[in-house]
Amino acid sequence: MAKHKTPLLDQLESGPWPSFVSDLKAQAEKRAKNVEGVEFQIPQDCIADLLGVVELSYKHGRTHWKHGGIVGVFGYGGGVIGRYCDQPKLFPGVEHFHTMRVNQPAGKYYTTDYLRSLTKLWDLRGSGVFNMHGATGDIILLGTTTPQLEEVFWTLTHDMGQDLGGSGSNLRTPADCLGQSRCEYACYDTNALVYFLTNQYQDELHRPAFPYKFKFKLDGCPNCCVASIARSDMSFIGTWRDDIRIDQDAVNKYVENAAGYPANAGAFRGSRDWGKFDLEKEVLGLCPTKCMMFKNKKLSIDNANCTRCMHCINVMPRALKIGKDTGLSILVGAKAPILDGAQMGSLLVPFVEVNPGNDYEAITQVIENVWDWWMEEGKNRERLGELIMRQGFQKLLEVTGIEAMPQHVSYPRTNPYIFWKEDEVEGGWERDVDEYRKHHLR
Amino acid sequence: MSDLLANKEAAVQAVVEWMTKKAGNKTKFYFNDFSKIFPDDKPRDIKKVVNKMVEEEILEYWSSGSTTMYGLKGSGIQHSSEGEE
Repeated sequence: MAKHKTPLLDQLESGPWPSFVSDLKAQAEKRAKNVEGVEFQIPQDCIADLLGVVELSYKHGRTHWKHGGIVGVFGYGGGVIGRYCDQPKLFPGVEHFHTMRVNQPAGKYYTTDYLRSLTKLWDLRGSGVFNMHGATGDIILLGTTTPQLEEVFWTLTHDMGQDLGGSGSNLRTPADCLGQSRCEYACYDTNALVYFLTNQYQDELHRPAFPYKFKFKLDGCPNCCVASIARSDMSFIGTWRDDIRIDQDAVNKYVENAAGYPANAGAFRGSRDWGKFDLEKEVLGLCPTKCMMFKNKKLSIDNANCTRCMHCINVMPRALKIGKDTGLSILVGAKAPILDGAQMGSLLVPFVEVNPGNDYEAITQVIENVWDWWMEEGKNRERLGELIMRQGFQKLLEVTGIEAMPQHVSYPRTNPYIFWKEDEVEGGWERDVDEYRKHHLR
Repeated sequence: MSDLLANKEAAVQAVVEWMTKKAGNKTKFYFNDFSKIFPDDKPRDIKKVVNKMVEEEILEYWSSGSTTMYGLKGSGIQHSSEGEE
């Protein structure tokens, strides 16, 4: 029988979706039976008490978790988040129920052996409950006590070759898509770059000295499967600067509705009757810049006006491919709506080479210039996007040494005045009065 | 780097004194607060000294999960005040 009655949580199970309540109940029962004979290092009934405290929170309409604390592993300022219950007498099993973040491998490639080791460790030293995955892609281990933190960390680092992720005023765990390991659209090796950045910026990941959180996310192409443009302070999106490659025969196969050439690679097949594929309506008419034309069985693209929206490539993947001269764009300043509303990233670098041969120098230069500015000028708890809003995009261009270019302009200017700086004007503000008077009498 | 920050012992003493003086009002500080002690120094240089102080257990981190603050070790809310040893 359940330790606490949970009528409100039970109701949640009646919905059409898989329920976290059912999962927690199953885990509470598993710990109670303990068929495997695990020597639990935290209270055996912690999940039963977790259900109890969540039920109470629903009943009261407010949380019963206290936020934060000094908990952590030695030398690390992130990766562990203190969680304490404010009703310890009612729910002693979750009186201390800290969260740990584990840095996921690039592309989230796991072996089953790795996952088994992780679940075994967490059943022994924690609640056995995971969140796969957090917003930065971390594996989240939910619920343990302070004495177990160093033990878990030791096993992760020594036996599993695994590090903690980021939390607090740190660089957060960099996250990426599968990239070239699985995807033909990827313009660069996201897994290699995320691995490099994670190693290169270990100090920023583990020893907090930023004004607030800072997130890197890497998308191999503008399809943005990781949604880096909306979810990261600095977003790396694959792109190309030559032409989309066209296989005209394959284009015509799509037009003829030939077998083996379904639109969108058949992704929507069977969901409803979509009728015959219509190139004009489904591709040309939906091109955001109207830069495509199909005439005399030949598709042509005005590549200079293509914004890399990926729609045509997604619809006809056997006919159209990304260009060959690939790299990435860097966008900055996306954030969630705590202050000033949510923001998407703004384009800072339209194209940069991705060169592991020189340790991605062109990319790290931009990163470090941005950080130096934000660390000096950012207010406490101010995200990069808010600093850009406060001091202006022009200031960002100055500190990064990037020349303004048309791609930086998101809308026509609304202020008719131009304020020059002294170093932008020939001769500066100083003038030779005598020379002036030669031509202009008093 | 300023003379004060370059002299590790003096820098540590300055941080401890500044935090102790403030301890009546608050026990946790943002990283940016250290620039009040070392106004002429770059954050990255200050970070090296502060990290060393954490390593030597003079300072400790406090984290809400989203924001990290620094405090003198043992000051303010501790494990014991949360009923945990």
